[in-house]
Order: sequence, then C-alpha cells, then structure tokens
Amino acid sequence: MTADSRPSVIRTEALTKQFGRITAVDAVHLDVREGDVYGFLGANGSGKTTSVRMLLGLVLATSGRMEMLGEPMPSSARRVLPQVGAMVEGPAAYPHLSGRRNLALFDAMGAGGTRSDRRRRVDDALERVGLGRVDRRPVRAYSFGMRQRLGLAGCLLRQPRLLVLDEPTNGLDPQGIQEIRELLLDLNRAGTTVFLSSHLLAEIEQMCTRVGVLDRGRLVLQAELAELRAPTGRVEVRTPDVTRVRQLLDGVVEEYDGHRLMVRDPDPAALNARLVQAGVRVTSLGAERRNLEDVVMAAATASGDRFGAEP
Amino acid sequence: MIRVELVKLLRNRRTWATILLIDALPALVAVLLALTDLGPRPGTGPAFLSAVLTDGTLFPLAALGIVLPLFLPIAVAITAGEAIAGEAQQGTLRYMLIRPVGRTRLLGAKLVAVMAFVVLTVLVVAATAYVLGTLLLGNESVTATGPASVSGSSMSTPELVGRTFLALGYAMLCMLGVAAVALFLSTVSDSPLGAALGTMALLVASTLLLTLDAADAIQPYLPTRYWLAFVDLFRDPILWRDVLRGVLLQVVYVVVFLGAGWANFMTKDVTD
Repeated sequence: MTADSRPSVIRTEALTKQFGRITAVDAVHLDVREGDVYGFLGANGSGKTTSVRMLLGLVLATSGRMEMLGEPMPSSARRVLPQVGAMVEGPAAYPHLSGRRNLALFDAMGAGGTRSDRRRRVDDALERVGLGRVDRRPVRAYSFGMRQRLGLAGCLLRQPRLLVLDEPTNGLDPQGIQEIRELLLDLNRAGTTVFLSSHLLAEIEQMCTRVGVLDRGRLVLQAELAELRAPTGRVEVRTPDVTRVRQLLDGVVEEYDGHRLMVRDPDPAALNARLVQAGVRVTSLGAERRNLEDVVMAAATASGDRFGAEP
Repeated sequence: MIRVELVKLLRNRRTWATILLIDALPALVAVLLALTDLGPRPGTGPAFLSAVLTDGTLFPLAALGIVLPLFLPIAVAITAGEAIAGEAQQGTLRYMLIRPVGRTRLLGAKLVAVMAFVVLTVLVVAATAYVLGTLLLGNESVTATGPASVSGSSMSTPELVGRTFLALGYAMLCMLGVAAVALFLSTVSDSPLGAALGTMALLVASTLLLTLDAADAIQPYLPTRYWLAFVDLFRDPILWRDVLRGVLLQVVYVVVFLGAGWANFMTKDVTD
C-alpha cells in the first residue's frame, strides 16, 4: 500500500465487538481517507452493519479505538456526528407524516440545523434526491424506492463532510440506481468522503476508489481498487487460430479452449504485433485484469448466513 | 428536542383518539346520571359521584375518580411504553441517535412528552366534565352554602379550586410513576406492546393484591395503593397521612425506575 498524506476520515484500531460469546467484529483496522469513495464489502452477517453502528455510536465497542474526522468516537459524537450523514440498514421515517415534515422533524433534532433556513435545506435535500415535487402524502404511502430516496435526503440535510451509507441503492430500479450513483459521485467531487457498505460487488466496483473486505468479522483485505485490479501479467487472446498460436507461443500459453487462450506476457502490444506478423487472425486481445469478484472470493471464505458444512 | 417530541405527540392522530376515548367514559356517566337521576348512595361507588347530582361543579373531580384507576394508567402505559421501543421498532431510534440526540436528552424529552399527554388528557377530561356537570347535573349548593366537603362541612370556592389543583397534581405524580415504569420497560423490551403490557400487568397485580388480606405486609409498597388518596384532600380537615405516603411512594418508584431505565439505555446496543 502506498503512503497517503490525505487526512484520515475514519480510522479504527483493533475494533472488536462481542455479542455474548459471538465475536461479530474482530480487531478491524479501517483506514478511510478524505476524498475516498470507500467500498465496505462483505457477505451478509460478516459484521459490516455492526461496524457501521459502532462508528456511529449506536453499538458500543467491546474493545479497540475509533476516530472519525480526526476526533475520538464515540466520546466526541456531539461534535463529529453533525458533520456526518448516515443511513444504517434501510431508511426509516414516521409513517403518518409527509416526507417533508419528516425531514423537518429530523432536522430539528440535535444541534446544527438552524430554524430559519430549515425549509430551504429540506427543499434542497429533496431536490437532490429527486423528490423535489413530492406531494403531501404520508410516508406510509411511499414506494420502497421513494423511502430510500427520502432516507438519502435525510443524510444530506447538513452538508455532511462524510457520508456513511449502508446499501443505499437497495430497492431502487436501474434508473434510480444510476441516478443515486451520479449523485454520490457528484458529492464526492465536491469534497464529500463516501463510505459505502454493500454486498453488491458490481456497485462497489463501479464507484469506489478503495475497498475493504470483511469476512466473518475480520478485515481480510483493504486496498486501492486500482491496485487490486492491476493487470495480472497475462493476456487474453481470442482467435480462430488457436492451434497456430499454441505452436507460435510454446511455453507461455497457460490455458486455452476452442477460440481463446491465456498467454503469460506483460506486454499486450508487443504480443499483438508478433501474432499479426505471423499471420494469426486476432479477434480481440487485451491484458487480463482481475475483477473485484475474483479478489473478494479469494480473500473471503463463505457466505455468513450459511450454516451448513463447508462447501 | 422536547419541542420535537411535543410536535410528534400533537400531530399523531392516535393521541387525540386516545384522549377522546378516555373522555367518553365520564361523559357517558354524566349523561346517564342526568337522565336517570340515580346516583350511588353516599359512601359507595366512585368518589364524589354521589355528590354531583346536587352539585354539578364537583363533576370534574368525579370524572377524575372514574378515569384515574384504569383508563388513564392504560393510556400512559401505552404512550410511555412506546417511547423508546416504538422508535426502535420503527427504525427511527437510530436516526435520532446519530443526528445526534444524546440518550439522556432523548429519555428526558420522552418523559416530558408523556407527562404533557397526561396533562392534556386530564385538562380535557376536567373541562368536559365541568361543562357537562354544570349543564346536565345539579346546581343547588353552589351559591348558598358552597360545595360540601366529603366530611360534610362546606368549602369556599377558592379553597375548592386550590384543593382541586392539589388533587390534579397528585394524580399526575401517580401517572409519572406509571410512566417511569413503562419507560424503563421500553428501554428493555424490543416491542412497545411488551413494555405497555408489562406495565399494565404490574398495575393489575398491584390492584389485585390490594384486595387480598394475606398480602397485607406488602400492600403499603404497591404502586396503586394510594392512588385514590386524593379524595382525602377534600376532607375537613385534610387527611394528609395517605396523601403524603402516596407522594413518597411514587417518588421512590419514579427515581428507581427512571434511574434503571436511564442506566440501561445508556449502555444499550441499538441494533434495531
């Protein structure tokens, strides 16, 4: 891992939580820097939500230390949390009130939201998440996607420096997911650090700059996404002339089937030139990159909600 | 935070439905009394009910006597039982705490809101009862001798008003005791219904044990033992003994259960 001079936004040291005899989170060292879009990955039951809850002071850690925005948590919660927008395990609102009134109520709780510009901030937040023209119907009558958007709006009320989001695109349709992704990236470009917890690898892969993988309470991997997805040193060649290529590149072909070969070669351009010179018809050729799924599968063991014999 | 809780209370349609239901019982009693003219004989039935046929201005007190033993405590148990467990079940508790709202402040605001509900209910009941009492029931002794105390001697109007406020204050302290128990259970239980039912179970058990001679030794410590002692405030002279014991007992209940609820909530993992 490269040394990073950006200030740390979330930092935990040996963070541990035991529920009775079960260790839900085991000596986790998180390191999130300012400006990151951090993907917090893990199977169901791997301890993601418990970690997030500890960061926010909802669950009290058994041992270990935490810092958020440079201050110790949960002892500085009163100063830190007003600068954090968080969504934990799905949105929640008072069902008999309208979305707008819900936001106004939440804004009135705790310090940080002045009364005079509350209406404007509520309108802004609703506008940002695409609920600007929502009517006065109670939240009870909202669709799941609307509730999710309302929850996000609640996070944005105070222009947070850090967003902690647990599965923010749950329940949204593809357009909605795209929209929220754009919103989060926009916020990130404007300087907001985003901590995204999810079990959807594709989502993390598309958005994040840095990932941490939790497996059965242990952080088994934490690195820049670009680093994880660095070329593997192999080149994938697709061609109708598989036999010809095998003869030509004897010894460096590691796998092959009917129309595809994996060749160990660090330089795809040179390899391409060589094949074309030899008259091989190349359909496509490119450096192999590991996708996040392979990385995570290699690092993590099994699904956390599986209680059968080891597969 | 207190204001937020009050807004939530007043904007909830259920609050008003509950108050309306509580209010309906004494109203029904007033109408029945007015239609039949059949009051209970002096010394029997709910407190003051025998007197209201002659003096309707006493009906607020009679209404309090009707509502206090059962309706009001049930409503308080439900409202306070929902305070923490209800927010937790709805998922809003975590969003309040990360706003952040301090846990102590939240508990305090909830208690204030519950008591506001009690005050509101008592006021609505008393006001309705006063209106109904003066309209429908007797108005004989008001001007001539002044209303009679329970002991038979007469009281001046300022004295009656003063004693009525004392009685209301006493009733509210009793409800604060109920609220403390329900709030404690609300921090323990995950279900608002569980907390409310637990509180009601305690009150029912207490009421039951009060009728049992074998429970004589523990009766002075049961939460409902002195609830109706507010009647003693209308004796001449005031019979302070039970009222003071009642105040002391309720204060102990409030301190113990609020303390336990606070300690539990401060160290609780919010995992809903």
